[in-house]
Amino acid sequence: MSSTDTAAVLEKDASDSAEVGAGLDVLDGVAARGAPIARIVRERALPPLIVVGLVLGLWQLVFVLGLTDADKLPGPAMVWHSLDELWCQETLLPIVWTSVWRGLSGFLLAVVIGTPIGLVVARVKPVRTAIGPVLQGLQSLPSVAWVPAAVIWLGPDNVAIYAVILLGSVPSVANGLVAGIDQVPPLFLRAGRTMGATGLAGVRHVLIPAALPGYLAGLKQGWAFSWRSLMAAELIASSPELGLGRYLQSRREAADMPGVLLGILLILIVGIAIELAFMAPIERHLLRDRGVQDADR
Amino acid sequence: MTPVLTTPQAVTGRVAGGVPAVRISHVHKSFGRSGARTHVLDDITLDVAPGEFVTLLGASGCGKSTLLNLVAGLDKPSRGSIEVPGGRPALMFQEHALFPWLTAGKNIELALKLAGVPRPERRAEAERLLELVRLAGAYGKRVHELSGGMRQRVAMARALAQGSKVLLMDEPFAALDAITRDVLHDEITRIWAERQLSVLFVTHNVREAVRLAQRVVLLSSRPGRVAREWRIDLPQPRRIESSGVADLSIEITEELRGEIRRHVQH
Repeated sequence: MSSTDTAAVLEKDASDSAEVGAGLDVLDGVAARGAPIARIVRERALPPLIVVGLVLGLWQLVFVLGLTDADKLPGPAMVWHSLDELWCQETLLPIVWTSVWRGLSGFLLAVVIGTPIGLVVARVKPVRTAIGPVLQGLQSLPSVAWVPAAVIWLGPDNVAIYAVILLGSVPSVANGLVAGIDQVPPLFLRAGRTMGATGLAGVRHVLIPAALPGYLAGLKQGWAFSWRSLMAAELIASSPELGLGRYLQSRREAADMPGVLLGILLILIVGIAIELAFMAPIERHLLRDRGVQDADR
Repeated sequence: MTPVLTTPQAVTGRVAGGVPAVRISHVHKSFGRSGARTHVLDDITLDVAPGEFVTLLGASGCGKSTLLNLVAGLDKPSRGSIEVPGGRPALMFQEHALFPWLTAGKNIELALKLAGVPRPERRAEAERLLELVRLAGAYGKRVHELSGGMRQRVAMARALAQGSKVLLMDEPFAALDAITRDVLHDEITRIWAERQLSVLFVTHNVREAVRLAQRVVLLSSRPGRVAREWRIDLPQPRRIESSGVADLSIEITEELRGEIRRHVQH
């Protein structure tokens, strides 16, 4: 049988089995599904809102019943009043923005610095042996411990603040990438190599995307660390622009308890808001694309 | 009954005449440091002719996957040489090894990109390859949305996207159910003939080896050596349950079991 005849017979035979194959595809396939907005709101937004409501109610109750000294625990309304006051003085947004800007720009700088460090630590054995443990150890060092040294070395202004953010955040970013790379299935690397993805092409097309979930976890932690470090730095170092940490400190000095509570709440809310606005959507998108998470979870 | 047309060959492993698609010459492979060295492959000599479909058959420990890795260039032989004159061969694994961060189509396009296909041509070529494996609508599908059989078909398309005429397959259908495997046997046979590929297919499934191959090479285990080979002249398309395939499978299984029995310690 000549090769063209063979090809024709095989084509016919295979088209019979193609129908079987197409049937199997329908039976085995997984359909992507979305969720109606109403259900997302009910299942995801409602429970945390209820908890917030309960905490506020409890707080109000404690205040009304006079269970503690009103100087030490002012009621929710008094804290709200402080917020209103700040808003009317038109200082609320500048204060929040100063801190958010420092936090985000410091964090981005930490990503730029931490990523190559993580890449080198993960892929170059001697470097890993030398600085891997140090990098891990740095993560457990509270960044507030750096503040005095940073202030003495760099002066009590923005430079010291950014240095503290970086010291807190860079190790998280780098360690996240190292962990992400360690978890890359070796099969992906082999598959990449057989396709010719070696050297930098391998890093770009296989290693980085495969390590992305771990890297992203590191970024999330990196943001949390940079926000925390910033608050620690702002509490102690003083710079011309008033940030949330400095505001909190000034309220303490003024024995303004509603202001102190407001400061704490604002710091908490901004931290959560950034996480929800930037980190969570990226992570959800990434995991859903890879089928790690259901579309509506 | 179809006569079983087999020609027991002298174990030379060489194909007469012409430049082979794959030439494996006196290859040895050992792992571990001296003292605790494991000799995995022992003097393997084997050619795959252009357009030939060869299955490598053996029990576990025969080093068939190791041999495939050597041919793929993922590892180097301890001694001997491997030549693939057509350039880097494509390799398919038991697991699909598709990248979950890319769609089916983009997985194929990445292989095209790495093979140097210019960007404007990639999309159309990826669609063509998906059509070839009968997944015309799957371009935008994520890997997790595909069934096991569909994944292996995309993996096949991605392997073909590398543009090599030599396709290495490492038990690519072992993790699939029997019905899906049957369908994919038909598909790979069709694509092999259509594209005139040279295939080196590793399996421990005797019937699968006979169903697909023009030549079945039996490796002995620990260390792996070419024990025997059969040329299979049954016409394609074959059915895995046909008597021709069954009869030859019985003969080869006997031989395989004999090889395995040699390892019983008396």
